Amino acid sequence: MNSAPEITFQGQATIGAAQLFAPLSLSLAAGKWTCLLGGSGVGKSTVLRLIAGLQTGAVYDGSITASDGADVAPRVAYMAQDDLLLPWATVTQNIMLGARLRGDKPDQTRLQRLLGRVRLAEHADKKPSELSGGQRQRVALARTLMEDKPVILLDEPFSALDAQTRADMQDLAVELLTGRTVLLVTHDPGEAARLGHSIIVMEQSGLTACPPPQADVPRKVDDLDTLAAQAALLRLLRGEAA
Amino acid sequence: MMRYLPALAAAVFAVAVWQLIVSLTDLPKFILPGPLLVAETWWNSRALIAEHTLITGIEVLIGLGLGAALGIVTAIQLATSRVARVLVQPMLVFTQALPVFALAPILTLWLGYGLWSKVAMAVLIIYFPVTSSFFDGLMRTPPGYLDLARTMQASPRAVLWHIRIPAALPNLASGLRLAAVYAPIGAVIGEWVGASKGLGYLMLLANGRAKTDLMFAAMLTLGVFSVLLHIVVRKATARMAGESG
Repeated sequence: MNSAPEITFQGQATIGAAQLFAPLSLSLAAGKWTCLLGGSGVGKSTVLRLIAGLQTGAVYDGSITASDGADVAPRVAYMAQDDLLLPWATVTQNIMLGARLRGDKPDQTRLQRLLGRVRLAEHADKKPSELSGGQRQRVALARTLMEDKPVILLDEPFSALDAQTRADMQDLAVELLTGRTVLLVTHDPGEAARLGHSIIVMEQSGLTACPPPQADVPRKVDDLDTLAAQAALLRLLRGEAA
Repeated sequence: MMRYLPALAAAVFAVAVWQLIVSLTDLPKFILPGPLLVAETWWNSRALIAEHTLITGIEVLIGLGLGAALGIVTAIQLATSRVARVLVQPMLVFTQALPVFALAPILTLWLGYGLWSKVAMAVLIIYFPVTSSFFDGLMRTPPGYLDLARTMQASPRAVLWHIRIPAALPNLASGLRLAAVYAPIGAVIGEWVGASKGLGYLMLLANGRAKTDLMFAAMLTLGVFSVLLHIVVRKATARMAGESG
């Protein structure tokens, strides 16, 4: 992996005649977690999909640039709420999907190391249907890491998990994604408060940067600062004064 | 064995109803022969029936193979080429609106009395279900998979091969299962229009000579053959359909 760049997103999006989001400027600090928090339909997933170079229903007018000047889209790895595991392929085959699609020779050493790190070594030959929700999302995380890209885009990847599995996955993701530029799109204030080096709330009117808690990520679930930040974020989302 | 018990019970019930109707109505046997007579005729004519079953069986199997292959190739072409969709798809739908039965005489005229006019009928009748079910599957790849493949810089060809086709296999399996039921119908229609061999020919011949018992024997043989074919195809496509077995 090359050293992770800073990503700058600057522009606006429209759907037909309606504006999806007003001109906004978002920057993802190099090697850090940026959490983009917002309700449904404010266009936060659209921002992520635009950075990933994926199709959106919207027309985008603006720029997406990296601090090192190279193209962004080829250097992202993407993880969604749905684990997107191919049901007919084994855990190993799913993790190696990228290499297979590009016709590259898969890196077996890397694969074995990743399987160990996501604690799935003994499930390597199983099909996704034999795994629990948390295990499936760990496979998806391993697949994302297997891509070894400097920019990681996470579209609510933990929101379908139960509370304790979600906290486990958050810890694991922070541990494994160290040093990469991460954008996490989420609607969960608690998640943003735990994980964000920077926390940005997205609303129809635009972006509001919120001060992150002091502690280093992943912050403890019972850290008072973090809980206070979570409450402040929720108030902001509900339209109350902070 | 237990799992075949319901099927066996249903067969016994059907035969019982049949016998009951025969006993109650007392119809002459050239109108409605009883099950016992049909069984007897079947046994006495077993060599004759076997010979014709073999012919129909070959027609059906070749038709099934060719029709499935054509359908698969067409579906992939349609799914990967917009031009093909614009040019071919309306025609495909239009040909389905034509009664395939009406084409049987012309196929016999073109391909002769032998095997190939029946194979062509079977192909025609199964081509559309195979094509359309597989094509539907290819066009309905879960969009999340395609997004993921795009972020992985996959070529359209790689996406087709590693994602779209495997994701569409359950649809192809249901198309092939339908095809297994339709293919014998196609072959028999072909035989009715013009043939000197095959179960369809035998049924027509027996009917014309008021050998209704032989007609029934041939018809039931065709039915059993079709059901067996369906079971075999169902088993063969189980993995494809994502079933455990």
